[in-house]
Amino acid sequence: MSVRLALEGVHTHIGRYHILQGVDFDAPAGATTMLLGRNGAGKTTCLRTIMGLWRASKGEITLDSTAIGALRPSAVARAGVAYVPETMAIFSDLSVRENLALAARDGPLDDARLQWIFGFFPALRKFWLSRAGSLSGGQKQMVSIARAIVEPRRLLLIDEPTKGLAPAIIAGLIDCLQEIKRTGVTLLVVEQNFRVAREVGDHVRVMDNGRIVHRGAMADLAADAALQGRLLGLSLDSHQ
Amino acid sequence: MSAIDVGAALPRPRMDFTPALTPLIVAAIAAPFIGSFSTFVTLTAAGLAMGMMIFVMASGLTLAFGMMDVLNFGHGAFISLGAYIATLVLLPLAAWSQADSLALNLGVLLLALAAAVVVCGAFGFVFERLIIVPVYGQHLKQILVTIGGAIVIEQLLYALFGPDQIPITPPAALRGSFLLGDATIEKYRVFAAIVGLVVFAGQMLILNRTKIGLLIRAGVENREMVEALGYRIDRLFVGVFMASSALAGLGGVLWGLYREQVHASMGGELLVLVFIVIIIGGLGSVGGCFTGAILVALIANYAGFLAPKLALVSNILLMVVVLLWRPRGLYPLSGR
Repeated sequence: MSVRLALEGVHTHIGRYHILQGVDFDAPAGATTMLLGRNGAGKTTCLRTIMGLWRASKGEITLDSTAIGALRPSAVARAGVAYVPETMAIFSDLSVRENLALAARDGPLDDARLQWIFGFFPALRKFWLSRAGSLSGGQKQMVSIARAIVEPRRLLLIDEPTKGLAPAIIAGLIDCLQEIKRTGVTLLVVEQNFRVAREVGDHVRVMDNGRIVHRGAMADLAADAALQGRLLGLSLDSHQ
Repeated sequence: MSAIDVGAALPRPRMDFTPALTPLIVAAIAAPFIGSFSTFVTLTAAGLAMGMMIFVMASGLTLAFGMMDVLNFGHGAFISLGAYIATLVLLPLAAWSQADSLALNLGVLLLALAAAVVVCGAFGFVFERLIIVPVYGQHLKQILVTIGGAIVIEQLLYALFGPDQIPITPPAALRGSFLLGDATIEKYRVFAAIVGLVVFAGQMLILNRTKIGLLIRAGVENREMVEALGYRIDRLFVGVFMASSALAGLGGVLWGLYREQVHASMGGELLVLVFIVIIIGGLGSVGGCFTGAILVALIANYAGFLAPKLALVSNILLMVVVLLWRPRGLYPLSGR
């Protein structure tokens, strides 16, 4: 399987803080890689550094073997990377339609693609012309994810998509991520909810203190409670 | 595949018309105190025209402030610059401006307006690249360097055009008044109001009907995400700043012709009024700026007639009242 994204010795400083301290990992093409770790491990910084929102002070980031580490965020996006931030960052004063229209850089919204999105996010059709700021948290997350997939992309970076959402919505979101996976797009997902990670992920990378401390198959980590406890400080039973 | 449909109950989008009605409410309150209907009409028409001119000057600043988070205290210098550029067209072509031909009169005036817009837009480009870029995100430094930039431009205007006020007059076709019963409405004020309305309509069309407008509205809320969607926010910033400077220049021409004089410090004198308008309107809100400008101008005119001493502080009092009622302005934006 070819490598879509690779990070080699990536360091990121934010102010006087040294957050990423030599991150090395790759994300295979067409698969879903989960980036796990305790709070403060550097997962969000890692995604933001890939996206170019924070500049890596050292190291190399490549997308399909092309260096993207020195690019500005708009160029990273145009290289085929879409980003769903932890805060969702939807444009509250814009309608749902306008939020998606803005993400469609290459022309008008593609109707077939929209119908596909409405298939798993019917609420977006319902509130198509509503102000995005008036939506619920789950609906805002739908807008944020829909914005990332409104046009085909090579790599999706998704930061904690289930954070703060009700269990019923999380179940639907897992199905949505599975559906996106089936299109062959590469996903790199930061997730705190281990159940979601286990159901969606093919591969896993675990971070601690700004470094990758574990690489492997998601199924292997899911089957090894002792390893989970050591790496993540959790018991899978508590996340059933 | 299961679908997530959590779209149970969503409040219907509600247009908030109350702030937009405040100028009407102010006019209705002032009318009985003014007494004479013709005086009321004259004052109201003058207030609306003044409001439109202030709006033209302030709308650029509110866009730049809202989107770029830049406190541009140099905005006033572009108002003065625009007015001076207009003199370079109007004075040499005074024969056309004062000719007995509506086409020639308006042609010269439109040429002066266009020259001010183009030159101020170009200066805005240079100002943004040289002065603003190094201080993005640093408000204190922005205040200091933009005031410095304004002083430099103002002194350059003094050096190039001399320290004296330059008298200018509106074209012959726009002098005199319309009579509406006993009320008199100056023709030039009608023209200024029309220009203001055209600018407002143009801005609303661009903001609400074009991709550039969509990007500007999104950028006001979250610049980082606009960049992460693949758009060069820095280029958008330059464009907005140039438009902001061009609007200041356009407003400067309108104001200079209204006061029939141009001097280098006129922009600085108007800047406080412009800031009051954008704060009252809600930072970054063009609609709020429009309402705020009309409100400020109407109250200044009514207060000037009813209680001249109160007129000196009427704008500050208005701002206090509005901010007590709506602390984020008449039409606040979600992202601010």
